Amino acid sequence: MASVILFARALTRHFGGLKAVDGMDFDLAQGEIHALIGPNGAGKTTFVSLLSGRVPVQSGSITFNGLDITDLPAHARVARGIAYTFQITAIYARLPVYDNVALAVQRTGSTALRADTMAALARVGLQDRAAQEAGTLAYGHQRLLEIAMGLALKPRLLILDEPTQGLANSEIDGFKALVRSVVPETTVLLIEHNMDVVMDLAQRITVLNFGKLLAQGTPAEIRANAAVQAAYLGG
Amino acid sequence: MKALALHLALIAVLFALQFVLPPYHHTNIVRVMVLAVFAMGYNIAFGYTGLLSLGHALFFGAGMYTAGLLATGEGTALLALPAGVLAGGAAAFAVGLLALRTAGVSFMIVTLMFAQAGYLTVLYFGAFTGGDEGFVIPNAARALGPFDLSTDTPRYFAGLALFAVALLANLALVRSPIGRVMVAMRENEERSRMLGYNPFTVKLFALSVSGLYAGAAGAAYALMFGYVGASFAAIQYSILPLLWVLLGGAGTVLGPFVGALLMFYLIDLSSSVTTAHQMVVGVALLALVLFAPKGVLGALRDRGLKWLP
Repeated sequence: MASVILFARALTRHFGGLKAVDGMDFDLAQGEIHALIGPNGAGKTTFVSLLSGRVPVQSGSITFNGLDITDLPAHARVARGIAYTFQITAIYARLPVYDNVALAVQRTGSTALRADTMAALARVGLQDRAAQEAGTLAYGHQRLLEIAMGLALKPRLLILDEPTQGLANSEIDGFKALVRSVVPETTVLLIEHNMDVVMDLAQRITVLNFGKLLAQGTPAEIRANAAVQAAYLGG
Repeated sequence: MKALALHLALIAVLFALQFVLPPYHHTNIVRVMVLAVFAMGYNIAFGYTGLLSLGHALFFGAGMYTAGLLATGEGTALLALPAGVLAGGAAAFAVGLLALRTAGVSFMIVTLMFAQAGYLTVLYFGAFTGGDEGFVIPNAARALGPFDLSTDTPRYFAGLALFAVALLANLALVRSPIGRVMVAMRENEERSRMLGYNPFTVKLFALSVSGLYAGAAGAAYALMFGYVGASFAAIQYSILPLLWVLLGGAGTVLGPFVGALLMFYLIDLSSSVTTAHQMVVGVALLALVLFAPKGVLGALRDRGLKWLP
């Protein structure tokens, strides 16, 4: 297997009595596309929030790129190369599309802000809408803008939280091509409910249930796993 | 380009006005320009970064007392003015370190408390500050090098110079990458954090710049009009810049000037016809909230002048 870019050990986060994430061990290989699936409430979003730093770790440790990041705040993790795109689209609705992406581009210390921003927009096909107010974009375009912001950070690890939610089928094809184009420079971890996308895109899949790791493997292995079928696919 | 031309045009108009204004309005415009610098500073924190502070009187007062005490004592106005600017910035930085741990209503209350503590400190050390009555800066101490700020023409030009520098710096700031990040904090703090920006650092920066502006305005006001008093550190001077900014248009570069100018003359003109001028101001503010909640320039920006920075 390729080198490991991120590993988490015994990662735990409880909310009151709810064990949202309960002692997770998790490895991400450099350059892979890894999907995280599981029933609603399995702890997927909490788990990636622990990785991105949006939710503080209760116990356990996270190592990214050879460095212990367990206690780093979210913005410092972004600076080290972990980008997170929101499940509920969180663009700056009242700012122009250009500014949305420029905010990400300028964080990377770009010296050609305008050119780099336009290139980042072109990557998702939004270059003609740069001057438009982001909140007036169609929903699918807002999702693409969200992804463009994540990509513009030039992350080592891109975490996508349900990126295809609300996208039309034609847009999903474009999205899959986009994700394939960023590996292996960028490692991709995505939470996804659309099984066609997961099976088609992911090289490895992790299944979560009740905050614990239920199964892990290639799409074919996951498809054949009886426990997964019982908990999720067959449900 | 259009935006820069507009701002330069305003400075040119203010320059030309100096030669035609009758003495009474001459002094008024100087006052408005200096107070507009205060309002610009307030707008950097409130209009652009979304920090609703009720403590800016502290920063204005810090600039005013530092400059006033230095000029009256051993120092000269040349030293007192920059010292006042720095005092405003330092006060805002110190308050920010603590107050920025809070947000929203708590932030308003904490900044208000700090400002009240500052006001009471001024009263408590009456032996130095003159307490309630304040003190007058002798004319001899008000010379900025060869320019005697107690005379009309140098005072006008000093006010205009301060205003012009503040305005152009404000324009440059909000169009710079850091200005974009400030707006991003106002619009969505959590999103901005996930783009790698530390909200605390960005807000502390904005508040400190805001304090520098307030300190500059306070110091200039002291030296230009020769009086330092506790009323300038009272809560009224925390509320006024908020009202000027709301009236002119929060998050616009020219809004603070427009707001300060309108409010000043609204009070001036209405108090010459009625003793109930406070009511006139109140009615004007109600009309503002009802018909142009984004202020004069905010409304213009919504109605077609989209390029207005």
